[in-house]
Amino acid sequence: MSINGQAYIAGAYEHPLRRAPDKSLAQLHAEVALGALADAGLSKDDVDGYFCGGDVPGTGPFSMVDYLNLKVRHADSTNIGGASYILHVNHAAQAITAGKCDVALVTLAGRPRSEGVPKGGLKRADSPVQPDYAWETPFGMTILNVYAMCAMRHMHEFGTTSEQLAWVKVAASHHAQHNPNAMLRDLVTVDDVLNSTLVADPLHKLDCCIVSDGGGAVIVTRPEIARQLKRPLVKIRGAGEAVKHTAGGAIDLTYSAGRFSGAAAFAEAGLTPADVKYASVYDSFTITVIVQLEDLGFCAKGEGGRFVADGNLIAGVGRLPVNTDGGGLCNNHPFNRGGITKIIEAVRQLRGEAHPAVQVANCDIALAHGTGGMLGTRHGGATLIMERE
Amino acid sequence: MSVLREALDHQPETKAFWSELAEGRFKLRHCRACERAHWYPRAICPHCASPETEWRPASGQGTIYSYSIARTTAEPFVIAYVTLAEGPTMMTNIVGSDFAEIAIGKPVEIAFGHQVEDGITLPVFRVV
Repeated sequence: MSINGQAYIAGAYEHPLRRAPDKSLAQLHAEVALGALADAGLSKDDVDGYFCGGDVPGTGPFSMVDYLNLKVRHADSTNIGGASYILHVNHAAQAITAGKCDVALVTLAGRPRSEGVPKGGLKRADSPVQPDYAWETPFGMTILNVYAMCAMRHMHEFGTTSEQLAWVKVAASHHAQHNPNAMLRDLVTVDDVLNSTLVADPLHKLDCCIVSDGGGAVIVTRPEIARQLKRPLVKIRGAGEAVKHTAGGAIDLTYSAGRFSGAAAFAEAGLTPADVKYASVYDSFTITVIVQLEDLGFCAKGEGGRFVADGNLIAGVGRLPVNTDGGGLCNNHPFNRGGITKIIEAVRQLRGEAHPAVQVANCDIALAHGTGGMLGTRHGGATLIMERE
Repeated sequence: MSVLREALDHQPETKAFWSELAEGRFKLRHCRACERAHWYPRAICPHCASPETEWRPASGQGTIYSYSIARTTAEPFVIAYVTLAEGPTMMTNIVGSDFAEIAIGKPVEIAFGHQVEDGITLPVFRVV
């Protein structure tokens, strides 16, 4: 059964803080939940489905459903890292289509900046029970150096350059200058990226996303309820998800799970990349954006470096505006997970509520895509295609 | 006990890999049903799902598929994916080589005796 047209995003809210030392993790989740409900014109007692990832305190949905005092008849805590929330909107739409819930709440929140949680350059806190642990962690594997190996291979196979990687950050900074809540608002040049510290060849410090506190939430609901609310209608047209891994040693670092999740989402939506006016694309690192744009079909495999160069991702300048909020590279990356902010900025664009300096004209179709986990080992990909009705 | 020792203790199916490597023998897990090698080693073949897997001596030869020089630690080091002569690609370190020598496609061979925490020997490589 297709979810195309069966569910709408009725509410979206991004926490304004990027440093939140005086708020608890549960409080941040609650604040974004209530923000999204207020945006939709609904109350917490309307919620009958709750969706969360691995960033909630406690086991799965238990503690947050308790803290918020919700009455849910459907819950899902599937965890595919930073892409979880894009997957959750897909699962929420499926649950709504199947009659399992009417108003679904999806939340993400975190305070890694205040708690000093390790950044990507430090060792991952993977579990020694994982069957893959002893074959990766002892070699000093980090999020940073695994993504760096993907960039190195992309350069080798396709001639991608550090300058091309830098253009992804330059575009993010052009957008972030207009976002008063963005953590980094200064314009950055290609030279600024190339002159920043080399942290894991070929990646420089400015190729890496920020670490911020905060969070976001979205509300998904059925068409009859969405039409009773006073907000612009953002219809879900299609979604896809996939898991990519090391395949018994058949490693290919040049593509992501987005190859499969994107194709599934476009097929369900009955649309092609040429229909997309705005794209939110997970930007944990600059290389992540290039690989995903290729996998989603915005350009051919290997052409991503050339595609992002010369401002092609900058609103009002390039062919495909990407991450007009400043993305994870400049705006917000709470709990080291950016999936929810990708959905929220796409909703702003479809509603015509993005900052006027970055608002895409006639933005009727938008895409949000995420890669969660490790691009170079195992990760989840989730794609969501939405339409302004 | 180190976290790595704890990890090894959780995986009785790969215990022989580590004891053999410590003795200077690099073994790969092969499948008797589909005759393919895989990485990381498993009791169940990830290619054909057969439980008929066994350890076989490996050449210890390979080429660098990709790498990065990790520079955020006190001592920079090389992390790499090496494609083994037997087929699978594995994550490893390249040791004992100048960073300038490291390149994709470079031939490498296993370097025995690379002990880390708790006396555990890791399968690392050096440029040939």
